[in-house]
Amino acid sequence: MIDILLLIGVILPIVIGILIKVLFIPASEGISVTGAHVFFKLDLPLGGMPITEAQVNSWLVIISIFFLCLFLTRNMKTRKQTRRQIIAEWIVTKTDSLVRSNMGKAFMGFVPFIAAMLALSAFSSLLTLVGLFPPTSDLNVVAGWAIMVFILITYYKMKCGPWHYIKSFGEPVPFLAPLNVISEIATPVSMSLRHYGNILSGSVISVILASGLSLLSRKLLGGIGTFPLFRVGLPAVLSVYFDVFSGCLQAFIFAMLTMLYVSGAFAEDEYNERKKRKKAKAEAKAKAEV
Amino acid sequence: MLELAIGIILGGCALGAGCAMIAGIGPGIGEGNAVAKACEAIGRQPECKGEVTTTMLMGCAVAETTGLYALIIAFLLIFVAPGRFVDILLDAIE
Repeated sequence: MIDILLLIGVILPIVIGILIKVLFIPASEGISVTGAHVFFKLDLPLGGMPITEAQVNSWLVIISIFFLCLFLTRNMKTRKQTRRQIIAEWIVTKTDSLVRSNMGKAFMGFVPFIAAMLALSAFSSLLTLVGLFPPTSDLNVVAGWAIMVFILITYYKMKCGPWHYIKSFGEPVPFLAPLNVISEIATPVSMSLRHYGNILSGSVISVILASGLSLLSRKLLGGIGTFPLFRVGLPAVLSVYFDVFSGCLQAFIFAMLTMLYVSGAFAEDEYNERKKRKKAKAEAKAKAEV
Repeated sequence: MLELAIGIILGGCALGAGCAMIAGIGPGIGEGNAVAKACEAIGRQPECKGEVTTTMLMGCAVAETTGLYALIIAFLLIFVAPGRFVDILLDAIE
């Protein structure tokens, strides 16, 4: 009984998204390329904050994934595992080994974060399959994730002390500092633009292809009626590459780059040395007090 | 006169979008090289196929970035820029 309720919880957000799209977004004439539809604007002290399709859809995806996790991890047993428990265990072990091989043992706390990022990114991109606006084809959403990763990178660079962080800009020669600052900023910019550009280009190419095919069928089979016959089938084949493959690949790459950047930012030897030095200093101080 | 000006704007935007996509040559060659080397590696050591494929896909996606920058510029020139430029022109006339 609860299983069915949880399954409804997985599917219902997507249905609500389709309903919202049907009810509140005016139908466009023919096929057109538009950004996210703005539902309304919240008045905040620092100016209006538009609530767009991208935000609504990403919240729906989050709720859907939440119920999916609950559904997969219900009724866990050590023996006679159910099919969904095996799926859940497979996901956990795969992410575990991915993080272990790319980040090392010191970063095992990152497993849930990486898994959440993978799931959110992949499911958001796959929303195009049901005809909804994918949140990842809005730069604001992806830029938010990239800024979060940038903060993580800076935090792990700061672990060896602020002086070490500032000194790292003057390497290898001090006058290269401006270039180092630019390369630091380029990380989140390239991460967000890569993800956004891939998903957006896929949907735009599909739209251009669909409109071209409908034009072709209108010109060639004008007498049969307004039904665009050539549009049946061919866009679906391309959508396998542009939506399914590209979306999943970009999710994987975003997670992979996050892991590489974060683990690369943390200088483990330097950190251990600093810890040792601090410890020695504290011991010396304690001795002096005695 | 106004029609001519708007026509020049639209034509310029379309030409610019086309020119921007010249950048697609670079990632194409680069990804081709990467895949060729990956095929060689798999041919030499078939047992590490999985790892080579993952690394290759990762490298391809990173190499694709410059092409995507150009693609975003082209999209901006096609879908956003003409309206902006025409607005600026109309403002200037007033």
